[in-house]
Amino acid sequence: MRTSYREALRAALREALQDDPRVFLMGEDVGRYGGSYAVSKGFLEEFGPERIRDAPLSELGFVGAGIGAALGGMRPIVEVMTVNFSLLALDQIVNTAAALRHMSGGQFSVPLVIRMASGAGRQLAAQHSHSLECWYAHIPGITVLAPATVEDARGMLAPALADPDPVVIFEHAQLYNLEGESNHGGPVDIATARIRRAGADLSLITYGGCLPKTLEAAELLAGMGIDAEVVDLRVLRPLDSASILASVRKTHRAVVVDEGWRSGSLAAEIMARIVEQAFFDLDAPPARVCSEEVPIPYARHLEEAALPQAAKIVAAARALMGK
Amino acid sequence: MSNRAVPYEKTLALRMLNDMLRIRRMEEKAAELYGAGKIRGFLHLYIGEEAVAVGALHALRPDDAVVATYREHGHALVRGVSMNAIMAEMFGKQEGCSRGRGGSMHLFDAATRFYGGNAIVGGGLPLAVGLALADQLQHLQRVTACFFGDGAVAEGAFHESMNLAALWRLPVLFCCENNLYAMGTSLARSESQTDLCAKAASYRVETLKADGMDVVAAHHATRIGTEHIGEHGGPFFIEFQTYRFRAHSMFDPDLYRDKAEIESWKQRGPLHGYSARLKSQGLLTEDEFLACDAAAQAEVDAAVAYAEAGTWEPVEELLRDVLTAAPASGARS
Repeated sequence: MRTSYREALRAALREALQDDPRVFLMGEDVGRYGGSYAVSKGFLEEFGPERIRDAPLSELGFVGAGIGAALGGMRPIVEVMTVNFSLLALDQIVNTAAALRHMSGGQFSVPLVIRMASGAGRQLAAQHSHSLECWYAHIPGITVLAPATVEDARGMLAPALADPDPVVIFEHAQLYNLEGESNHGGPVDIATARIRRAGADLSLITYGGCLPKTLEAAELLAGMGIDAEVVDLRVLRPLDSASILASVRKTHRAVVVDEGWRSGSLAAEIMARIVEQAFFDLDAPPARVCSEEVPIPYARHLEEAALPQAAKIVAAARALMGK
Repeated sequence: MSNRAVPYEKTLALRMLNDMLRIRRMEEKAAELYGAGKIRGFLHLYIGEEAVAVGALHALRPDDAVVATYREHGHALVRGVSMNAIMAEMFGKQEGCSRGRGGSMHLFDAATRFYGGNAIVGGGLPLAVGLALADQLQHLQRVTACFFGDGAVAEGAFHESMNLAALWRLPVLFCCENNLYAMGTSLARSESQTDLCAKAASYRVETLKADGMDVVAAHHATRIGTEHIGEHGGPFFIEFQTYRFRAHSMFDPDLYRDKAEIESWKQRGPLHGYSARLKSQGLLTEDEFLACDAAAQAEVDAAVAYAEAGTWEPVEELLRDVLTAAPASGARS
């Protein structure tokens, strides 16, 4: 069935709300406004204000309340408008949600799902455009997901809700209007990476909003006689090292494409794993395409220049291939 | 100090005394063991403030929830966590109430709905709001008591939590233990408004000030709070006016407090004031006091022996309890 990323998220949320009375959605403007990305439009009328709970602009407070509600027997889905705003809640996510199970000696798990939009591309400048997935992927005690396809937008929520521990889901803001096939509409695994395009010459490893750009780059490379494999990480923590390494051992070359800034990036972590574990399988040093080290600017041409683009990915791949 | 008559029958009156003595003797021993290197990390003593935890927690029901701070040994103990498990936790032994993963600042106990043990100032308040929200959504008639210090009112978490609890009419009992100092900074030096009840009231939360040096007053205030929540729903805020007799932590040289101030508060100490009133009312004899104290001391001795005999968790288990499904080694990282 052909649908959009936004509709897939809506279908998954509606199903969760229908199936489990413990599930409720809480966040800024999720109710009467309909969700800042219109993901929960109409849900207030359908499920009522207790379960579609508009929260004041208190990210720390309502994310923490989500943690408490999860401890108290509910299955909250907390929506944070953007990853930039989630920094106001970082204390509760890192110091409480992620740590509670461990520091209580295994007594208290936190079955909380946090959704947030991330990423640039809409000229929203430096306080609404960042990709800080890497910061969350650094934290033991949480699982971090980056659905990049309609199928994952539809299928990741159910297993995230079934997970007894906190799960953070990043929805790249550029993907909401993405159209694609949602084959079965059922749950998908939230443990493994996927090959989105098989290839023999090099591995392009990416996630989230960079997946469409990377697939586009792979098509351009095909026209140049370079057969690229595209690996969609899907799960940013824990990383599916086995799938990454299997692809690299097949192609012997890797380019990591990551919208985060280069320094201390997820790309850096992936390259480190490749070098640690597949060094002797490599025919060339691994390369990466990341965002330039600048707060994301407003002007369209500057924003485009700051971000990974298909042309940059193609250039990096060609350099690696010596073509 | 309140001169109000102690309104309890003898059993409850002595249980309150006993609990205050248990905290006092446990913590005196903890300080000694800290000096001996048996307990490490941060150790924040509650000595001087015992009447708050004892009075407040005796007013709660077993199915209520408790959220506390890093100065929570007393709360855990009165809530029903065994002294053995608390002492073992401070020793870092796996027999501790958090398997040695938490230490002094992170005591937890699912059986008594004791949700820690939070060492981020103000961090427990949103958690308490959420626990109360879960109760409201599940139509459970119970209260979440959230303890925090005067320092927490400077945090955004305090203000956000007050607003959420009032806005959504959540059954949170906010228990502010105002000991006048956020570590070394006095309330007057950190807040433009030092009337903490006024802050809570600005969110349309019902408030009450209580003498936190008097266990009877603390108990009475908490009863008023829980009854108000039961009758009207919504949160309730109590400011317990109290004082810590020791420094902030074992690292604190306590240079910021006037010795005369400390001495004047010690004159209002919760133990001797209460026991004097019990004696004057004929509820306590000196022999009974000594027996009560000896029992507390014996419990401490047993807890230390238990902790000493406790075992270190094998390092092979280091990665357990990060996630619920224990990973096979190296599979998740």
